[in-house]
Amino acid sequence: MKNLIRALSLVLIVSFVLLYIVNRLNTAQGYTGEHTITVYNWGDYIDPELLEQFEDETGIKVIYETFDSNEAMLTKIEQGGTSYDIAVPSEYMIDKMKQEDLLLPIDHAQLPNLKNIDPRFLNLAFDENNEYSIPYFWGTVGILYHPDKVSDEIDFKQWDDLWHPSLKNDVLLVDGAREVIGFGLNSLEYSLNETDKGRLLEAKNKLDTLTPNIKAIVGDEIKLLMQNNEAAVAVLWSGTAQDAMWENESLEYMVPEEGSNLWFDNMVIPKTTKNREAAHQFINFMLDPKVAAQNAEYVGYSTPNKAALPHMDEETTSDERFYPDEEQTAKLEVYENLGKQMLAYYNELFLEFKMHRK
Amino acid sequence: MKAKSRNYYLIPYVLWIALFVITPIVLVVYYSFFNIEGDFSLENYQKFFTPVYLKMTLSSFWYALLITFFTLLIAYPTAYLLTKTKHKQLWLLLIIVPSWINLLLKAYAFIGIFGTYGAANKFLEVMGVGGKQILFTDFSFVFVSVYIFLPFMILPIFNALDELNPSFIDASKDLGASSWRTFSRVVFPLTLDGVKSGCQIVFIPALSLFMLTRLIAGNRVITLGTAIEQHFLVTQDWGMGATIAVFLIIFMVVIMLLTGRRKRGEMR
Repeated sequence: MKNLIRALSLVLIVSFVLLYIVNRLNTAQGYTGEHTITVYNWGDYIDPELLEQFEDETGIKVIYETFDSNEAMLTKIEQGGTSYDIAVPSEYMIDKMKQEDLLLPIDHAQLPNLKNIDPRFLNLAFDENNEYSIPYFWGTVGILYHPDKVSDEIDFKQWDDLWHPSLKNDVLLVDGAREVIGFGLNSLEYSLNETDKGRLLEAKNKLDTLTPNIKAIVGDEIKLLMQNNEAAVAVLWSGTAQDAMWENESLEYMVPEEGSNLWFDNMVIPKTTKNREAAHQFINFMLDPKVAAQNAEYVGYSTPNKAALPHMDEETTSDERFYPDEEQTAKLEVYENLGKQMLAYYNELFLEFKMHRK
Repeated sequence: MKAKSRNYYLIPYVLWIALFVITPIVLVVYYSFFNIEGDFSLENYQKFFTPVYLKMTLSSFWYALLITFFTLLIAYPTAYLLTKTKHKQLWLLLIIVPSWINLLLKAYAFIGIFGTYGAANKFLEVMGVGGKQILFTDFSFVFVSVYIFLPFMILPIFNALDELNPSFIDASKDLGASSWRTFSRVVFPLTLDGVKSGCQIVFIPALSLFMLTRLIAGNRVITLGTAIEQHFLVTQDWGMGATIAVFLIIFMVVIMLLTGRRKRGEMR
């Protein structure tokens, strides 16, 4: 009994000492109330030097946290445990968060740098007049492939090329219901936001016939697997493709002509914020041409910041695979929030498709 | 007075059980009665009995059985040999050490080893078998799962074997039983409890494995665990996710009852 009490009090003392030290450290680094903002972003999605630069310029400390899916982010913001000041969700999620009343309107007067954004990427259906969100990065869904491992007959100008018999067991897909069902729909020339169950089923049945060619359906590992020549072809997001291409220069990226997805990750201010002004400062900072350019060079995704382009490597910005012109982006579709029921149906089909055996 | 103070000691335990065991289960059951729109209904239970989920359940059981079978096949002889070695605690420790390493790290390591240009394929080529696809197959999935679960199977069997009174074996041999007969009629029945708890520890988590199905099996193997993850994180259909979890709990209780120890006296 005596030992037990002794052990317990020791644990208590140690915890209090640790708590005190953490507290002291936070104060010493300036992590207190008004002078901090909490940024909630995708993993590896910002140049860390920029966070330091922001801290130096404004004296505001940045607490940086990351998530790996829109849904995980939504859950944490809904719960409201941490006071996030900035989050970077994708377009359909912004629509959803708007409907659930989780976002605060953004005051454009506090964002002089907003003029730098290409008007192509402003005032889109998911957030009219950019009342709640400001574009951070954008991109496409396409096909990444090893030209020397793929037969010459295939150029991936059509989604149907994925079904080519020479690609048996050589195709990787990204583990996302909307992406995979989406290219199934695109290959049938249907809309990515199709809600007709008959057409969705048709797309799923078509995807089932792709099974012999599919090697695996994976998450972020897809980048590593493509770099290591594990498969000849992968369907993925342009940013992931760009990352892989930096590591392995023999790779090629193509967006099929039938159409594909155009996606956005936008900065928003969630209702949980405690420092709205600093959040605006942060957004404005990220919109600065030089900052946006540096960030885009680090992350590899396409920046919506028109003024940033001259500050970047010409080779990157003239690359039509990652900076398609207006004519090409016109064919691309942005995901709409199809509602829970439809999303569940998409996932149901995706699950069935995954279970379809060779 | 004494009985009373003893009751106080129970408070943390009761609180713990109530907060972290009973409440979550009740919540899971509660959520399972709500459909995706948040209305009270039995829709989810109906949905579970559609071919998609039944097929998934069957395949989960099939893979869990395979994994348990191979784990047992390797673990029993290993545990048996361990009890015969000189420094058994040291050898045991060496077997347990890998389980200190994070599961994800091990999974990523296997992606490298089993890859097209990985060590396993290089070895096959040197042996003259030629390169094969190992990653993203049933084989790799079962192999990695067995590797991960192995320590959990070895421990209970090792304990059972270690506590086996050697005089039984001597008696059996004195009475003229062959080695095989001694093993099958004396050693194995006496260590059956260890085997049973080992199988429980392996089979039940194997039913709901989900990370490995993507990393090692490339989503070619879909288990109930994968479906739960998807319903909670992607679809946000907590009701359906909870329903699958309810069925998993039911399956686990049934398995526990089936493999439970028969006599109380044999607890150790």
